[in-house]
Amino acid sequence: MKSSRTVAIAGLAAIAMVGSLAACSAGASSESGKTELRVATFPPGADEAAYTAFAEQEKQFEAEHEDIDIIGVEYEWEGPTFAVQLAGGSLPDVFTVPFTDAKTLLENGQLMDVTDEIDELGYTDKFNPIILDAVKDGDRIYGFPRQAYAMGLHYNRTLFEAAGLDPDSPPTTWDEVREAAKAISEQTGKAGFMEMTQNNTGGWQLTAATVARGGSIQEDNGDGTYTSTIANDATASALEFLQALRWEDDSLGSNMLLDWGTINQEFAAGNIGMYSSGSDVYTALVRDFSLNPDDYGLTVVPVENGGGTLGGGDIAVVSPTVDDTTKAAAVTWIDWYYMQKLLDEDAAVLDAKTLAESDQAVGTPVLPVLDRETYEESLTWIEPYINVPREQMTPFIDGVWEQTPVGEPKSKTQEIYALLDTVVQAVLTDRNADIDTLLAQADLDAQALLDQ
Amino acid sequence: MTLTAKPPAMPSADEPGPPAASARPKRTRNPRTWVRGGGLSTLVFLAPMLVVFGFFSWSPIVQSVIMSLQKTNLLDPPTWVGLDNFANVLSDPLLGTAVVNTLYFAGLALVLGFPLPIIMAVLMSEVRRGKGFYSALAYLPVVIPPVVAVLLWKVFFDASPTGLFNTILGWVGIPPQPWLQSPATAMPSLVLEATWAAAGGSIIIYLAALLSVPPELYDAAEVDGASIWRKIWHVTLPQLRGILFIMLILQIIGTAQVFLEPYLFTGGGPNNATVTILLLIYRYAFQNSLGGDYGEATALSVMLAVVLALLSWLYFKLTERWSS
Repeated sequence: MKSSRTVAIAGLAAIAMVGSLAACSAGASSESGKTELRVATFPPGADEAAYTAFAEQEKQFEAEHEDIDIIGVEYEWEGPTFAVQLAGGSLPDVFTVPFTDAKTLLENGQLMDVTDEIDELGYTDKFNPIILDAVKDGDRIYGFPRQAYAMGLHYNRTLFEAAGLDPDSPPTTWDEVREAAKAISEQTGKAGFMEMTQNNTGGWQLTAATVARGGSIQEDNGDGTYTSTIANDATASALEFLQALRWEDDSLGSNMLLDWGTINQEFAAGNIGMYSSGSDVYTALVRDFSLNPDDYGLTVVPVENGGGTLGGGDIAVVSPTVDDTTKAAAVTWIDWYYMQKLLDEDAAVLDAKTLAESDQAVGTPVLPVLDRETYEESLTWIEPYINVPREQMTPFIDGVWEQTPVGEPKSKTQEIYALLDTVVQAVLTDRNADIDTLLAQADLDAQALLDQ
Repeated sequence: MTLTAKPPAMPSADEPGPPAASARPKRTRNPRTWVRGGGLSTLVFLAPMLVVFGFFSWSPIVQSVIMSLQKTNLLDPPTWVGLDNFANVLSDPLLGTAVVNTLYFAGLALVLGFPLPIIMAVLMSEVRRGKGFYSALAYLPVVIPPVVAVLLWKVFFDASPTGLFNTILGWVGIPPQPWLQSPATAMPSLVLEATWAAAGGSIIIYLAALLSVPPELYDAAEVDGASIWRKIWHVTLPQLRGILFIMLILQIIGTAQVFLEPYLFTGGGPNNATVTILLLIYRYAFQNSLGGDYGEATALSVMLAVVLALLSWLYFKLTERWSS
């Protein structure tokens, strides 16, 4: 009988194994009959108070919409995570995507069409057309622009003072930026200025620096084709600026491999005098990187030769895999959570009050996604709750309206940014890097991508 | 996925078989004798393993090969594109750089990382007291989670004069080095950390292998008046050759797939000095295309797998004679 017992044991083992595998694939379903909506909240490591504020907002929303059950999901926009979550079916139903990646998602057909919903809500004509353009493919719209920014020059007021500079009159030209950077690094031993170089942020910032100097890295031929114009004087001048700071002044510190997250970390830790990034980064600096608000200063990026400020922002989108009921719930949430506070006084006040009560940033300078008047009016509604040090951001708040916002390059944006990362890194890590040769090569490679 | 425990097709007893060469009684094999002989229980015992391997290992491999011939956005049904993905990968100007960088990493790791554990193991085997302590010390880096180790070394590699390694170099009068911050020194820096992280595991294996060397051989060599170096050269190394060959091919395969170090230390920079083949695969799949170039990523993976399989086969063919 030994063999039959052996078979029985083995059989049981096999059944247990198959059973546990099958259990893995069982999905959760709503028992309450409500529509479960999984919405993006904050990046991992966010301040606990942010979640307290979110829980309060969740309660407010669910009281108004009893048929929807909101489930907050920890979320940070990361390309790799997006692809894996999309493939694995675990993408939140509502999440946000930066403009710059939205173009790639559009090209890939990975965004949900929300044209009819935006029409129904009556927003189509209210959006700033330059901003709406980032989420349009033909005349179809694939997301709600919910926040926009202009490029800003963020600086550490404490380091400015330590270097004998006046934090209330930050640099207004690139030459002054260079002088200030030199003074900071000489007086404090910290990096006077720093530039992002990794994970496509090097290309993003080089493009911003090009735009600020009146150049552009890509031309739209209007017939669906694009011409790379990377080898232009403005880009060369932006790189020469970095080269001088790195090799002549030695004012860029010692770490040349930084991206959006790590440069914020270094800045919040007080290791960087100045850097260029989106004007809305203050919220993340305080919430995710524990910046001391007293250190913070913000001014506009210097523009010359008729240049502008590179704009960006992010859009709230609906997962491309959801069914119609979830899509409707998702649009209701986006409208309530992201849009109403831009338009409606009561919603704006409620949002600001809830955030302020949990010590979350209220009043970070942004660019209006609707129109300037609505934006400025909304600031008067929430004035009692504004808790960001706007007086330390005066040079930006006053100066940004003088600058022309410019959109990001339209085609193969991320792949071209990746090419430019290499160029920026070469200039910062190789003393003998030849800027013209590097740009000529990058131009060729970019054109090859555009011609694909 | 269903698995039916179907017995393999066997010629039944009444089928005309080849004429028996001898008068030995012919053993009849039919499903009943197969079950009685333990065939079924073997298969049932194997089933969980087959399911797990099939589901988690073989099916992804087959799917990768299929995906390398398709274009997908991870949403709509994929479309067949023939060998387009392979052509795109082969025409990528970065592929050459990635191959050269990977070979450079593998070469440096071989020069630095292969002999070091052997030397350490031989030295440690000579230690009379506290062998366990030294083994634990050597193995410690393997216990540290790789990501933590890399982040720690990132601090050590700080290129400012106050960085840990630069401070130590300063004590002996060597000027500060750029470590990860220069295309010339980035890859050797990566190899340094990789060697530190991996040596412990190899040392333990070599130490175990050294125990199997018969002590009489050393005694005989000593009677012949051999010095310690001659004993190592003529007794230890030849006795270890089987394990040396295996460790060498494992290291070559491992270093050809290096990803963690370049990804976490440098992201492939500076100036593409540390872009390796696996990092390129990762970039295709995720970084720029947001899932749009899975086909190209799998195409390059398939090419790498084929090259490594061929290399391993060739290696075993070439070393067959020496390792036996």
